[in-house]
Amino acid sequence: MADTPLVNLTIEGRPVAVAPGTSILEAAKTAGVLIPHYCYHPGLPVAGSCRMCLVEVEKFPKLAPSCATAVAEGQVVHVNSDKAREARKGVLEMLLINHPLDCPICDQSGECELQDYTFQEGPKESRLRDPKRFNPAEDFGGDVLYVQNRCILCTRCVRFMDDVAHDTVLNVSERGDRAFIGKFEGKDLTHAWAANVIDVCPVGALVSKDFLNKARAWELDRTASVCTSCSQGCNIIVETRDNMVVRLRPRSNQGVNQFFMCDHGRLNYRWMNRRDRLEVPSILGAGGHAAVDWEVALEAAARVLKGKRAFVLASPDLSNEALHLLSRLVRRSGGTGAYRVPQGAEAPLPGVPDLALRADRAANATGAQLLGFTRHEAPLDLLQAGDALIIADTDLSEADVTALSKAAVTIVIGTAMPAHLPKADILLPIANMTEEEGTLTNLRGRVQRYLQAKAAPGMSRPTWYVLADLLGAMGEPADYFVAADAFAALAASEPSFAGLSYDTLGLRGLPVVDAERLAEAAR
Amino acid sequence: MGYPHQPHPRETLVLSKHFGDAEARSLEGWKKRGGYQALEMALRMDPVAIQNVVKESGLRGRGGAGFPTGLKWSFMKLDDGKPHYLCCNADESEPGTFKDREIMRWTPHALIEGVAIGAHAIGAETAYIYIRGEFTEPIQRMEAALAEARAAGIIGKNAMGSGKTINVWVHKGAGAYICGEETALMNSIEGRRGNPRIKPPFPAVAGLFAKPTTINNVETLTAVPHILTKGAEWYKQMARPDNPKSTGTKLWSVCGNIQRPGNYEVQMGFPFGEFLHEVCGGAPKGRTIKAIIPGGSSVPIITLEEAERAVMDYEGMMAVGTMLGSAGCIVIDSAQSMPRQIARLVRFYAHESCAQCTQCREGTAWSSKILDRIVAGDGAAEDLDTLLDIGENMTGKTICVLSDSCATPVASGLQKFRHEFEALITRKTIHTVPTVVA
Repeated sequence: MADTPLVNLTIEGRPVAVAPGTSILEAAKTAGVLIPHYCYHPGLPVAGSCRMCLVEVEKFPKLAPSCATAVAEGQVVHVNSDKAREARKGVLEMLLINHPLDCPICDQSGECELQDYTFQEGPKESRLRDPKRFNPAEDFGGDVLYVQNRCILCTRCVRFMDDVAHDTVLNVSERGDRAFIGKFEGKDLTHAWAANVIDVCPVGALVSKDFLNKARAWELDRTASVCTSCSQGCNIIVETRDNMVVRLRPRSNQGVNQFFMCDHGRLNYRWMNRRDRLEVPSILGAGGHAAVDWEVALEAAARVLKGKRAFVLASPDLSNEALHLLSRLVRRSGGTGAYRVPQGAEAPLPGVPDLALRADRAANATGAQLLGFTRHEAPLDLLQAGDALIIADTDLSEADVTALSKAAVTIVIGTAMPAHLPKADILLPIANMTEEEGTLTNLRGRVQRYLQAKAAPGMSRPTWYVLADLLGAMGEPADYFVAADAFAALAASEPSFAGLSYDTLGLRGLPVVDAERLAEAAR
Repeated sequence: MGYPHQPHPRETLVLSKHFGDAEARSLEGWKKRGGYQALEMALRMDPVAIQNVVKESGLRGRGGAGFPTGLKWSFMKLDDGKPHYLCCNADESEPGTFKDREIMRWTPHALIEGVAIGAHAIGAETAYIYIRGEFTEPIQRMEAALAEARAAGIIGKNAMGSGKTINVWVHKGAGAYICGEETALMNSIEGRRGNPRIKPPFPAVAGLFAKPTTINNVETLTAVPHILTKGAEWYKQMARPDNPKSTGTKLWSVCGNIQRPGNYEVQMGFPFGEFLHEVCGGAPKGRTIKAIIPGGSSVPIITLEEAERAVMDYEGMMAVGTMLGSAGCIVIDSAQSMPRQIARLVRFYAHESCAQCTQCREGTAWSSKILDRIVAGDGAAEDLDTLLDIGENMTGKTICVLSDSCATPVASGLQKFRHEFEALITRKTIHTVPTVVA
């Protein structure tokens, strides 16, 4: 980059310098100018067909499509000149003549580019005196419903399936205003990444069946997060309404998932709203479990752990912070930490390098490995007689149950009672990942932050908070005020994480020190 | 002409000389008439020399745009090491145009010869003749002639013993007007949906299969052998003395309300009025000519008065505010309703829009709905201005010019025959066309 001379041009009176070959539309973004567009999407090949992004370029005989016109030295571009605005208004009028204007019942309403640009600069009234075209909605398979009447034929969905998913399912059928997005016979949107067509659709034509009629866009709170459904670590937005997660959507990160997330991850959110949660700390007594204050529970846990080897069965979905604190618990007692990684079929997105739904269906197996935990298919085989068993937010398998008798005491630090666990001596309720802040390390060693999207139930507390207090109760000072402090402690003591902090990670993440070696080993 | 009528004495028969002569269709018959001498000569010539002769002759594209052919060929970089392609555009779909059809029906070898010379001139070893699917007879004639030419070693490997490879294939269209647009045509040959491509890149840089490609019309290529054998000078002199920009002969397809419809070949610069009244026999008995669409349905409509002032070449047509286009001349007489004629044309474009660009997809159909409503007697006063405004939105803003082509007859029709539209709107009368034409 450094040795390629930049191209200088002026967009809306602002000087811009960009690499040669950049489109005017992308160049304008760097100047803070959004050129309205529909068919253009940075993750797809250019179509240049919606004609919404027409701009006036001085000395050009005609308006130019800014998505398909490369910058040139000395160019002067007008985005909001009368001529350009008139042209866009004309496009909007054309797009709306057959549009049902059913915003009040459309899921896209509030996050619809047709709605936005129409309000911004579209015609106030329609001049159409003739009947509108009508086509019935069609189920496209997978999570996708096609509402033809709202379609503006931008073909983003067709290009996503052809050029990114490499699964030719969609096409443009028919011609003229009879045209619609067709599905090849016998094919459905069953590709593991197909639901991305819903996100790339700029209007309400492709909608999610799962989200259908669930909430209005303006009622949602949006939180930056990371998908936990596999080790890829796709950046996502968690959308909540009234403390309930209602939808997950991809958040762009060119280093990880570009603009996309897989259907498995997208639809795997119901556990975040699970209602059978552990809500109060409790201790098993003669009369069964009794709710107690946090101090009492932590004291009790510290007491039973004293003098015993700690065996931590950790969830590989726990944050780096939690795993770090657990590893300190293990280390101080000379114990063992182990985890098991659920497996599933790998499903790549061929058009994006190194992006797949991974076989490892866990968000932080890499973090667990870096922090000294042992990966094992039957981790309880490593449990020794007399160990204090700490089950950190993970379910047991039926086969695990026989090994449990070896444990002298069982402590559960979890969001819910682990499956197949007959009894626990102490229960410490924690927040799930949408209810706390933390970081995860993906399979390529990229450390990424996630933020708190909703409140934790009852008396449950963030995992790092509970574990820090437990260490404190055991006499090891761990006074962290916020999650960032816990991460700072991790970065200070673990060489792999040296130099990282919440501030430097930002919302796109950074690789751990030995990420390249990790990536190499994984391949 | 020559088929079905005898040629008119004022015609200049070059391309159409053998129309109606069934013997000219066979290789033997064609050779008897001087066929393939030009190709034999061309294959011994340097490609650049051929380009120069064609440049010198002043031959311009006969498909509609009128781009100088020799210049177009010179855009092909001969030593770039890439395969080159020649596409012959035989997707003649412009309403009113049917000249290429007759060339292929009667003189298929003439086209093969032109294609082979063109291929050699641009350094292409493969040429495709893209014929519209509805042209069943021309396709059969071309396939038969190609088989003969291949068997005789005229094309193929070592064409006419020259050591050069020139393969020519027929590609059949599937019934889309838009596939006559050169980039859509290439998409269609590649097996894609026939949507026009954004330019740049231009075909000479990245065309068919992303390789340098030239697209020429049937009539253009068929003229080339004559230019090579008779010389650029001979071709150049067929022009108005005061206009050297349009040279040679031009085939005019004439249809509609005219005494003798058909194909006529006249020199560039022929007076349009004399052509209509004398060569084509004028309006049907008892009628007068009201309007003419001289260059295929996409060009501005002109009145008889304008036509009588016009001369038949690229510049002469521009001078009266229309275009020579593909020279598909549609004659409309006084018994016809202009709104109805224009509504029919617009319905065609609405049907044929590829649906890529918003203005075209929606604008053609919207215009068609309004016009059909006006014709049905349910027009409103504001409809005409809405039509003009839609047309404005459809002009100069899309990937290809189909959108502009649809707006053109509406704008020119409204400009020159607005009273007919207004009469329909105010009187709400439904205009009927007499079914019997004298």
